[in-house]
Amino acid sequence: MSFEDWFRHDRLPHIFCAGCGNGSIINCALTAIDSLGWEKDNTVFVSGIGCSSRAPGYITADSLHTTHGRALAFATGVKMAKQDFNVVVFTGDGDLSAIGGNHFIHSARRNIDMTVICMNNQIYGMTGGQGSPCTPSGALSTTTPYGMDENPFDLCELAAAAGANFVARWTSYHVKELTRSITLGLQKPGFSFIEVFVQCPTNFGRRNKLRDVESMISVMRDHALIKEKYDRLVAEGKPIPPDMFVVGNLTNRNLPALGVKK
Amino acid sequence: MTRVDFMQGNDASAEGGIAAGCRFFAGYPITPSSEVAERMARRLPQVGGTFIQMEDEIASMAAVIGGAWTGVRSMTATSGPGFSLMMENIGYAAFTETPCVVVNIQRGGPSTGQPTLAAQGDMLQCRFGSHGDYSVIALSPSSVQEMFDLTVKAFNLADRFRVPVFLMADEIVGHLRERVEFPDSVECIPPRPAREGKLPFEPEDDLVPGFTPFGEGHRVHVTGLTHNEKGYPASTDPELHQNLVIRLIEKVERARHEIADYDIENSEAEIVFISYGAPTRAVRQVLLDEPGKGFGHLNLRLVWPFPENLLKKFPNARVFLVPEMNMGQMAREIGRHTDLPVVSLPRIGGELHLPSYLIEKAEEYA
Repeated sequence: MSFEDWFRHDRLPHIFCAGCGNGSIINCALTAIDSLGWEKDNTVFVSGIGCSSRAPGYITADSLHTTHGRALAFATGVKMAKQDFNVVVFTGDGDLSAIGGNHFIHSARRNIDMTVICMNNQIYGMTGGQGSPCTPSGALSTTTPYGMDENPFDLCELAAAAGANFVARWTSYHVKELTRSITLGLQKPGFSFIEVFVQCPTNFGRRNKLRDVESMISVMRDHALIKEKYDRLVAEGKPIPPDMFVVGNLTNRNLPALGVKK
Repeated sequence: MTRVDFMQGNDASAEGGIAAGCRFFAGYPITPSSEVAERMARRLPQVGGTFIQMEDEIASMAAVIGGAWTGVRSMTATSGPGFSLMMENIGYAAFTETPCVVVNIQRGGPSTGQPTLAAQGDMLQCRFGSHGDYSVIALSPSSVQEMFDLTVKAFNLADRFRVPVFLMADEIVGHLRERVEFPDSVECIPPRPAREGKLPFEPEDDLVPGFTPFGEGHRVHVTGLTHNEKGYPASTDPELHQNLVIRLIEKVERARHEIADYDIENSEAEIVFISYGAPTRAVRQVLLDEPGKGFGHLNLRLVWPFPENLLKKFPNARVFLVPEMNMGQMAREIGRHTDLPVVSLPRIGGELHLPSYLIEKAEEYA
């Protein structure tokens, strides 16, 4: 099989905006899934509400497109009722960390055996560009017209602190690295969380002087600090450049997990 | 051989679920329903099932829907405030035609209200609580035996009609301890599978589509958006939405006389009590205490879809008296279906109607 075989071709064209990075992330995820030889008949995709959460609708496997914020709770039901299934969740920053925040930390705490891919565009895309818990301080959105005055969540730190076995962060620029991380996450027993910063030219870039796709991707590329380099700078006591975020496999451990296939 | 036991209603409901083949329970503790979850936590691992205590009731209902789509019979139990939290996902279950069972051991409300006392205050919430138009099935046990029997029945109805089915009990019945008979086996009617060539949401003649659980190769896409028969989103088509919603309502409503479940006493009576749940016990005492008065009684074990034809089973009726542990929620529904006077006899605060009070009210119409 190739990852192309996982697409529901009869659902095209998709609803993502021109320049959206979600498609790249879906490609990376399906490439990873396909490379492991996973079968469609025991792989279930689950999502909540938002742009990211439309992903399962374009994949030809059993899938649940659920209520806002609740993807992980639905996925927990699927996994616990039938532990033979591989469960993959697509979610967004608003879906996962605002309305779904409690399900997120509890799924990580249970260390339930599933892989969660969070497409973090730092804004509510589908509802028209409102601020989310991941909107950076100072950023403009339709509900932060004078600049975001709250601190953003670090979803990876949250997942790791709550008990996830595997945590990684990449951007939609890092397609090869992302695919490798997703592959690791899929194989890891327990809760795997992969955060992907993704460009949203329509609702984030347009209001934040990043009007075209290329400038958004360049910003992500230039501000990504590879974990190995970050660790070296820390070890050498050197300063971390400002406005940088760490990418890479951030947590990889084997705490006891729930719902692992027997 | 039938096994006889003495136990409380909540435990009997859990046993009914196990007997019916329920193998997944997700719940969150809330008085006065917690014993259902506690017994499930003990019993499900013994029969190869899974119990999980979720972080709240929203998550519990979500997990039950996820479990149901794997083809495993799934249920949860809760009470008023938790039931309110479940409402969005109950609407999702109705719209996605997910068969599942929700046990509601009703307590006094609104809000935190009376956690340890009985009420029937969620009767309209279970029918209309989620947004949009839909229809559901609700059963109402009045004894510990019925907590068992009707939980089994709830699963069969859920699978047959692919709807969430509610067991609308109350604290009195939930915590009541009575003799209960467990048969060796109960009738379990599995969902009808989708026929070859049928789409996942393409209805049969009874308006219910065959079920396409995950893992069987159907590759079904389940969405809470308005969807076509393939299951794909089609949320901007007015006609498709209208046809879908009407079908979901009709598949339940047009079966209401066929699935009606009730007892009738003294069908020739002029003064007729209508009750469901715990007040049924008070009415039965009235009929025992005053056999000479010729009062009639309609006990509803199934309250939604409302079986309005049953009112015609009392040809001589002059008045319907409806004792409820709420301010007249079902009395209002009954009144929609008859020109005769429907007298609501509300009793809130947690105590059941006294039989002497019911006799006194009935004699006002003698």
